[in-house]
Amino acid sequence: MTAALLDQPPGGPPAQAEDAPRVLARGLSKVDRVFHASARSVGVFVLVLTGSIGVFLGYQMIPTIHRYGWSFFTENRWVPQLNVFGISSAVVGTIQVAVMALAIAFPLALMTALFITEYAPRRLQSWFISLVDLMSAVPSILFGAWAVAALQPHALFIARWISRWFGWIPIFKVPSAPGGPGAAAFSQHSFALSPFIAAIAVSMMVIPLACSVMRNVFSQAPIGEREAAYALGSTRWGMIRAVVLPFGRRGIIGGTMLGLGRALGETVAVLLIISLDFGLKVRVLENGTVTISSLIANNFGDASPAQLSALLAAGFVLFLMTLAVNTGAAVIISRSRSGEGLDV
Amino acid sequence: MSNVNVVDAALGNEYPGIVPLPENESVPRVVNAWSLDDWSSLLGAIFASLALVWLLYVQILPTAGKFGFFLLWYLAFVGLYGLITSMSHPRPIVVDRVMAAVIAGGAGFVLLALAWTVGYVLYRGWPAYHHWNFYSSDMTGIAPTDPLTKGGILHALVGSGIELAIAVAISLPLGLGTAVYMTEVGGKLSKVVRTVIEAMTALPDLVAGLFIYAFLIVALGYSRDGLAAALALSITMLPIIARSSEVVLKVVPGGLREASFALGATHWQTVRKVVLPTARPGLATALILGIARGIGETAPVLIVAGVSTFFNANPLKNPMNSLPLFGYEGLRSGEPGFITRGYGAISVLLAVVIVLFIIIRLLARQRVSNR
Repeated sequence: MTAALLDQPPGGPPAQAEDAPRVLARGLSKVDRVFHASARSVGVFVLVLTGSIGVFLGYQMIPTIHRYGWSFFTENRWVPQLNVFGISSAVVGTIQVAVMALAIAFPLALMTALFITEYAPRRLQSWFISLVDLMSAVPSILFGAWAVAALQPHALFIARWISRWFGWIPIFKVPSAPGGPGAAAFSQHSFALSPFIAAIAVSMMVIPLACSVMRNVFSQAPIGEREAAYALGSTRWGMIRAVVLPFGRRGIIGGTMLGLGRALGETVAVLLIISLDFGLKVRVLENGTVTISSLIANNFGDASPAQLSALLAAGFVLFLMTLAVNTGAAVIISRSRSGEGLDV
Repeated sequence: MSNVNVVDAALGNEYPGIVPLPENESVPRVVNAWSLDDWSSLLGAIFASLALVWLLYVQILPTAGKFGFFLLWYLAFVGLYGLITSMSHPRPIVVDRVMAAVIAGGAGFVLLALAWTVGYVLYRGWPAYHHWNFYSSDMTGIAPTDPLTKGGILHALVGSGIELAIAVAISLPLGLGTAVYMTEVGGKLSKVVRTVIEAMTALPDLVAGLFIYAFLIVALGYSRDGLAAALALSITMLPIIARSSEVVLKVVPGGLREASFALGATHWQTVRKVVLPTARPGLATALILGIARGIGETAPVLIVAGVSTFFNANPLKNPMNSLPLFGYEGLRSGEPGFITRGYGAISVLLAVVIVLFIIIRLLARQRVSNR
């Protein structure tokens, strides 16, 4: 009705009052057609580019499996001289380092996130937030450089202590350490290059990342529910347990899994600490392990084309592992009540 | 208070034993204040646990080590603090205090560890990076025994700068264009693009480097130079820039777009004159986030770029060093002089990241105040 009124020319009602809707310009103008086409072509180009990287990596699986058979996944050694290639020890080592790093990082990241949102003085809060966010952007080589010289000599003693008192648990056993329990002298060479110490270094870079995701979720816990808990006479911890933690549960899981994704792909810090060992073992305090990324970084240099495609296949396996973890994290975060509007 | 007093006076009520507050004193009651009891139980627990652990750990038991001492002190403190509190308070308060001590302890541990990390690297690099020649010369002809007043990271600084500039020149237009496509144009295909880009953020940086190495250098016979390293970096930066720009463009209020359309603007004019300028600070943040990620990437440049000791400003010829690679090679070299220079290079890298981070914060603040 209003449209019809507006359509009337200023000189009064039209001569023949034909009650037809005004014809609106349909479709896009020429400029917009060019704009849409070019934006779409950029999108398609990026799609093809990134997609082809994935396809290229995945395609390397075919000649690799064709050449080395399914033993590529079950063989633990990687010996170019014998033409023996397998990634089982690397997959186990990668998971081992990542899971240990997470076991260290998870409680510490959770406590730090809770401290920042719930306990820290208001004035210092923004400083802590900046610090943690900054540390999650710091290059991993910094943590590697710290771990290899500052952490190793101290972590050695922790590793020795654990192996002395908990050596009866198979994963903490260090058979190569001379002397039994109580031996005053010990060879530090049995402990210094272990996946345990690499995992501590990796956990240091996982903590800020996981913490900043958790902190983000905790700070979104509805103020009304917090106050309701306090009004019912709750203590601060009671409020956290009843409001903040249930609200942020999926954020906690999602942040941890994102940290796991980063831990899986970490190269430099692990490479600086461990000594390569292709034995399929789970003794985490003992020297030597191998992860997929350290395998690649060590062997790409003098690889023949066939070996290179095997390395690319190993890289593809790592990519799939990270992708699975990241996708799981994204699904968990987006499903949660706290995840709405949260971008990670 | 006064109302109650008025009512009480009217009703003639009297409460024996309760002295009414003076009328004029409107000092608010202090909630959550720490009483003498609270302070003394906290300090008492700290000193009691210190004494206990010192006696047991240092004097009686055959144990030693700083880490163990502080860990036990902390554990004993938490235990004693709970015990002391339980003497005068009910269970919920005991749990509350113990959890506060545990959480504050864990957070303090993390902050100390992070400070230790940063401080250690800065401390180890100090002998190298406080000399001016560290920034003004390269490593040509530097022997392992040469003093730190000779040689520097100029080639790595320039290399990092050039590689990043190329990587940004590639990944910024592509990433921003993709983000505009996903948010403004849309369609079924854009969902596929978004899924693939999200998947590619999971691509480990090392594998991106290996891809460039296998595809460009081995298969196509290209040389290991600055351009190859920049391409590897842009592969890791592209998904980050695309995703974070998409998030920024998404939060541009729809009302602004509709207002622009209502004024008769075309879609292209709306995007160029309304959407992109509104999102500019956020887009800058996305870009800097990508740069901060790219500058610290060690693994791809380790694979793609050859190590060099000489100054090279031509990305198309000869290997080009970069800051993280210089640091990594220094640490691996085993020569004390080179290790110190490696720590110096990592310190400079850290400083660059901090500067980028401060710029992000300032931009974010600007965005808030503009709103």
